[in-house]
Formats: sequence, structure tokens, C-alpha cells
Amino acid sequence: MATDRIVGIDLGTTNSLVAFMQGETPVVIPGDDGLNLLPSVVALDANNHPVVGNAARNSLIETPERAVYSIKRLMGRGVEDIREELKLFPFRLAEDLQPGEVLRIKLGDKTFTPPEISALILRQLKRSAERFFGGPVTKAVITVPAYFNDAQRQATKDAGRIAGLEVLRLVNEPTAASLAYGLDKKQNGIVAVYDLGGGTFDISILKLHDGIFEVIATNGDTHLGGDDIDNLLITIALDDIRGDLNLDLRRNAEAVQAIRKAVIDAKIALSSQPSIKLDIELPGGQHYRREITRDQYEQLIRPVIDRTVGPCRQAMKDANLKPEQIDEVVLVGGSTRIPKVRALVKELFHREPHTDLNPDEVVALGAAVQANILGGGSEATENMLLLDVTPLSLGIEVAGGVTDKIILRNSTIPASATQFYTTQVDGQTNVAIHVLQGERELAKDCRSLARFDLKGIPPMAAGIPRVEVKFLIDANGILHVSAREQRSGKEAEIQVQPSYGLTDEQVEGMILDSFDNAEEDFRRRQLIEARAETATILAALEKGKKSAAWGQLTTDERKQIAKMEKSLAAVNTEEDYQAIRKAIDLLNQGTMRLAELMMDTAVSTALKGKTMDETDLGEGPTAPHPMAKAEFE
Amino acid sequence: MTKSVLTTIGAKPLPQDTHSCWSCGSMRAAHFCESCGKVQPPVPVDYFTFFGLPPKLNLNVAALEKDFYELSRKLHPDLNASAGSNEQQWSLEQSSLLNDAYRTLKDPIKRTEYLLHLEGVELEEQSKSATEQARATGEIKKQIVPPDLLEEVFELNMQLEELRMSKKMGEDDPALIEGIGKQKLSLEAKHEALLEELQTRWNTWDSLIDRGHAASEERTQATSKMVDVLNRRNYIRNLVRDVNAALEN
Repeated sequence: MATDRIVGIDLGTTNSLVAFMQGETPVVIPGDDGLNLLPSVVALDANNHPVVGNAARNSLIETPERAVYSIKRLMGRGVEDIREELKLFPFRLAEDLQPGEVLRIKLGDKTFTPPEISALILRQLKRSAERFFGGPVTKAVITVPAYFNDAQRQATKDAGRIAGLEVLRLVNEPTAASLAYGLDKKQNGIVAVYDLGGGTFDISILKLHDGIFEVIATNGDTHLGGDDIDNLLITIALDDIRGDLNLDLRRNAEAVQAIRKAVIDAKIALSSQPSIKLDIELPGGQHYRREITRDQYEQLIRPVIDRTVGPCRQAMKDANLKPEQIDEVVLVGGSTRIPKVRALVKELFHREPHTDLNPDEVVALGAAVQANILGGGSEATENMLLLDVTPLSLGIEVAGGVTDKIILRNSTIPASATQFYTTQVDGQTNVAIHVLQGERELAKDCRSLARFDLKGIPPMAAGIPRVEVKFLIDANGILHVSAREQRSGKEAEIQVQPSYGLTDEQVEGMILDSFDNAEEDFRRRQLIEARAETATILAALEKGKKSAAWGQLTTDERKQIAKMEKSLAAVNTEEDYQAIRKAIDLLNQGTMRLAELMMDTAVSTALKGKTMDETDLGEGPTAPHPMAKAEFE
Repeated sequence: MTKSVLTTIGAKPLPQDTHSCWSCGSMRAAHFCESCGKVQPPVPVDYFTFFGLPPKLNLNVAALEKDFYELSRKLHPDLNASAGSNEQQWSLEQSSLLNDAYRTLKDPIKRTEYLLHLEGVELEEQSKSATEQARATGEIKKQIVPPDLLEEVFELNMQLEELRMSKKMGEDDPALIEGIGKQKLSLEAKHEALLEELQTRWNTWDSLIDRGHAASEERTQATSKMVDVLNRRNYIRNLVRDVNAALEN
């Protein structure tokens, strides 16, 4: 069991969390600061070591050129996709970036791909879980926005691999949330999940039926969230400052980050207060002060939150449902704390939305539920099964640059489609296939997933070969392709040129780098613990030697113990923690009789403590507790 | 979809004697083994056969849904995540087949189209090649207007054009909108009538199946009548869509 711990991870734009099923309930595992939320911020410290979370957040303001946030916005995207993001986010791209290449972001003078940065966040969560369990964690379920395309999903999976995690399943965030909600309310009906997070928006409509969670329709926008509201407020502040003080701070990264922090605090406060006063100290000592009322704020953000309306209507239309037919609406994501968002949801679905679970945690909790199902299930998850859909249609480019859709959006996954291809020239042995994802008519308006070359078709007259190409979307929403020439029965070879994304070799290289580190970290911790134990047992033995019981042992026994003691002392200076543990175990066994004699004669309890601890641990915590170390002054 | 593509689909199916379970040898295995529950290698079958149904068009959708849920509980990859790699691959293929079959059969139109496809009629191909040709030549795709609709369609197109013009000018023409609304209602009624007609075609087809191997003449007649109904239905559905788009804009 210990080797098969599967954790659920919410890899968010703003915050990330790791959770697992503790008995019948999913729980969030806190980080070493005792907090459930790990800010999705990565920075390099002065020694070029990566730091993640709250520690990195300070670096955003002090050394912004060494830090990055909202990296999720860049996952699976190319340089030509992110022009808009670059205007609003301080992403520093590597200068030598080629079009079509996977993005690389500069932190200090090092560069990282988005999956590598995400992997650093994942590794931090992995460590939290390992500390919690007291052992390695290698398997995970990771959530992604339902509206993520194939490239974004693949990039997330790559991040997992780089972090040394086997990603058993990518689960859509709103669906994960519904699992967490469905756990204690096993009822049937139609549920809509409205998920507005830091950077992404999803709407999913599900049919719940005796434990089956069947997604009927999903829609969304992978670039819509709290970030957009922050950027609006930042822009206003920068404009104000430029207008009133004639001070252009747009290129001043430190100042922009200080403003960003202040407006985020203001945004949060405006969810509960009628107005707030911004007061930001600017470089040069001047202050930017401004009052923002709830009314002004709501007018300002209206265009942002209104962008969720279209996807909601489309999802209802696709599901063939009217608002009245939806039994429950669930809110997920930190941005759903905004009262205006809640009002909008109420207006859209004609009912009061549910907010029973913490919108920041519910996705991670659901991921833990799914992890439990994948691990074989338990009483709590018995009969639970998630049937999810592909959010976007899969198509093939045909003559005239037109998209021919072969798997429609909202098809339950796994889903497949078979296409037949032939040749146009005598003796032609290759056929090119362009795979697209999206709803638009023209290939150029859809997302290009990959170009395939079918190779090794036996030379025949034009139109004679019949190549069967099978497209299959797996339960992660990721596409697989296989091909077979039917007349010759030959498997055609498929050569893929992914439009974006890392190659297998690149991922392998990255894994080795960080995986080595993770292993090293784990080994080091084990070594420290083993050496501490050596010190304890050797001290106890010293005491034992001075006791009366020592004299009661035979010469042979004493010789034996001395030998074991010597060999423990020898391995203890080496780096192999497993060898040390073995030597400790041997010495423990070898001194068993000594301990018994000492107990019998009630001379000392020094050795007894050691052996009793291991055999008779009846009370007290059975798992290391998850709290951070207490601080004392 | 980078490297995942290279993991070519198709775990090698084990040599199979009829339908005995590869794991425990029971003879009752189909998609999964009734005795030990293990997922079986997929056998290429049509969607009706997959659900153990005869190729008939009247179908109890509620019963189909129940079967879909029950089979999902056996075949879905989530429930076979800790099985061997062959089983995982079969589970992936079986459940994609299940999902494809359910999606097709639960929808009356898709179900009919699928049956026609099994009968060797390629509806898709006809319209697809016409679309491609139209695009290649830059012409608007010509659809064959059912003769009895000719007059109505002509008038409707005139009205729609008028509506677009008046909207462009920023004018409001309630009488025109009312006229188009009436046309829309009449089209919707025709659509309903066609669905009813399709139902009688289904009944004809199903009784052919019930009588065992029908004469190919009768079969061909039945399918060509269904093709006709589907074509007319598609035509009217597209018209209604155009009208809705014009009214909404």
C-alpha cells in the first residue's frame, strides 16, 4: 500500500494544492509552512536554487527578474499565441527563441520551459506529501481546465513526468469539483459547475446517476480569470500615476509588482467591503492613493465576468437543457467569491449557487477522490465513475484548407474515429495528415495539433492503397494515432511533427535533472535520520555496557555485539542509509538478550526504550502530523 | 499530442478460441468476462452487435442508457487502472468503442445514418464531396431543393434577404419579421412531419429484419426511402438554422 499512494493535485494558475483520501474523506496536505495553498510562484534565490510558493512571492517584488507567476497561461502554447499575455504579464522570454519552439522563460540568467516551471511547483507539492506520509510519492492525478486543448494537456503531463510523478490521469477541474461535492450527496440530477479561477474559466454540465458522473457538455475560456481583473486594476493605477504624477512605471518591474500586490488585496477586500482605499508607495517616496467603491469596481469588472455568459449559454445549448432543468449549480475557483459573479450565476441559472465547499480547495479534494478510484476505490468511492468529454472537436484538414471534424466536442472519452486515406500519384509512399482541434470551419482558425507523415505505404497505383488511420482520444483527453495499410496489412509508420510541445528526449533529459535532485533530497533526509538513530542506539549500548547485565552475557555474545557495533560505526560514516539501517537492525537483534536481562534486573531501561518503541507502539499518532514545526521564542 | 502519438494503438490480441476469457477460460466472455470480470480484447463488431442488439431502428433509449452505464462500470479505464498493460489497452479500446456506439445509437438521426452506412449507403460522402467541390470552385454549394419546397424556399430566401437589408439600414420591419416567423413555424411543422415519416420507414425496416433475411430488392427500397427522408430533413433543418441566425442577428 505504501508504494501505491496516489495523490490528487490541483495545479492552479494562482495557487496549487495536493490532497489525498484519508479514510472516507479527502483532505488537503499542508506545506511545510502549515498552509494548504502553495502560491504558484517560482523564483531563483541568490544561489540559483529554485524556490516555490510564499518564499518566491517575496522575490516577485524584490527581484522580479528572477521570479515568475501564472505560468499556467503559457502551458502548451507557442510564441505566436501569447502576444496578448506578454502585454499584461511580465514574462521574460529567452532572446534566442525560434518560432514553433517550446517557450523558454528567463529567471535570472537561466531559462526554463513552462513544463519545467510547473514541475518545480509539482515537486514542492510532492515533497509536502512525502513529508506527510513519511515515504516517497510517485503517482498522481493532476487537474486541468476542462477547456484545455491537447497541447496544454500534454504539457501538464510532461510537467508531472519532469517532477518525477507518474500522472495516472488528467482530470478536468470542474468534474473533479463535482466528485468532491458528490461524495457526501449521492443523489441523481443535473449539476452545473461554474469554475472561475485565477486564469481560466470552465463551465461543465453533468448528469449524476447512481454514482456515475456523466459530463454532458463543457465549455470555457482558458484565458479568463482573476488575473484579468488584476490587470484591469493595474492598468488604471499605472494610467493614473502617469497622468497625475507624470511618472511612467510601466517598465519598472518592482513598482508594477508592488501595485499588483496592492490591487489584489483591494480586490479581495471589495468582496466584503463597500469601498477600499488604495495607498501605494511609489519609487521616490510619493504615494498613490485612490478610493474604489464596490459600485465602481463592479462596473469595471463587468466586461470580464460577462465573458463567462457565452460559454454558459453554449454549454446549456449543447446539453439541450434550459436553466430550469438544472437542479444544482456549484461554484468553484477563488474568483467566485466576488459577489457580482455570484449574482451573475444566479441570473444565468435562475437559482442560488452552492458554496458549501471551499472554492480554493474543492478541485484538489476531487482530484484525491479520483486518485482513490484509480487506486482501486474504497467504501467511500464505491460505484463512483467519471465519464468525461472532450471539450473541443478534433478535425483533419481537407482540400481547400477546410476542417473536417471527425470527433465532435462533448463526445464522451475515450472516443475514436477512423479515416481512410489513399494516394494521388502512382507509387506514392507517403501521405501527410494535418490534425486540428477547434470548432471553426477553416483549418487556419483551428489549433494545429500536429502534422503526420504516413510513411512506408507499399508502392501501388494511385488510389489503390487504403490506409486506415485511427484517432483515439484517451481518458486524459490526449490524442493517439495509429495507421494501417489495409491492402498490404502493413502498419504504416507515423512520423509526428508536434506543433508545440517537448519531444520525448527533451522530457527525458529534464526528468533526469530534477529527478536526480528529488532522489538526492530523499536520500539525504533518510541518511540524516539513520545517523541520528545510530547515535541513539550506540549511546544506549554504552549505558548497557556499564550495567550489571553486561556481565551476565557470554564472552561470545559480547564479542558478537562488539563486532556489530564496529560494523555499524563503520557504515555510519558512509553515505548509504540502507546499509546503516541494516546495521542498526542487526545490532538491535544482537542486543535483544542484553535488553531483556537489563529489564529483568531492572537495572536500566536505556535499551528497553529502543526495542519497545518499535514493537509496542499502541497509542499516539500513527502518521507524522502535517503541521509545521512550532516556533518558540 | 507530441510523443503520445507514438504509442501506437493496438495491444496484440491474444489468439482467441471463440469467446472464452483469456484470463480464466470461461466461455461466457464478451466485452468482459462474466466469471472473473476481466476486460477482453475488443472484437471488431458493429455498434448494434456491441450492445447485443439486432440492427433495428426502433430502440429503447432508456434501456440503452442502462446498458451503457453497466458496461461503463466494467470497461472504463479508470476501473482498470491497476490492471496489466494489455488489459489497460483493451479497456481503452473497448470503452472508446462503447462510447462511440452509445453516442451513435442514442440519437435517432445518427442511428439511422449509421444503419444506412452499414447497408453501404454513404450519406456523408455525398454531401462532403459536394462541399469540397463547391469550395474548390469558389461557388456556393448547390443543394438539390426538394421540388415541393421550391416555391416556399424561394419566397423565404427573398424575405431573408430583405430582412438583412433592412437590418443593415437600421430599420425595423415588424410585418416582415412576422412573415418570416410564420414561415419558420411552417418549416418546423414540416420537420416534425418528416420525423413522423421516418418513424414509419423505421417500422418498415424493422419488420424486414424481423422476417429474417429480407429480399435485397425490399431492403434497397427501404434504405433509399430513408435516405430521401434524411436528405429532406437535413435541408429543412439547415433552413431553420438560417432563419434563426437571420432573426437573432
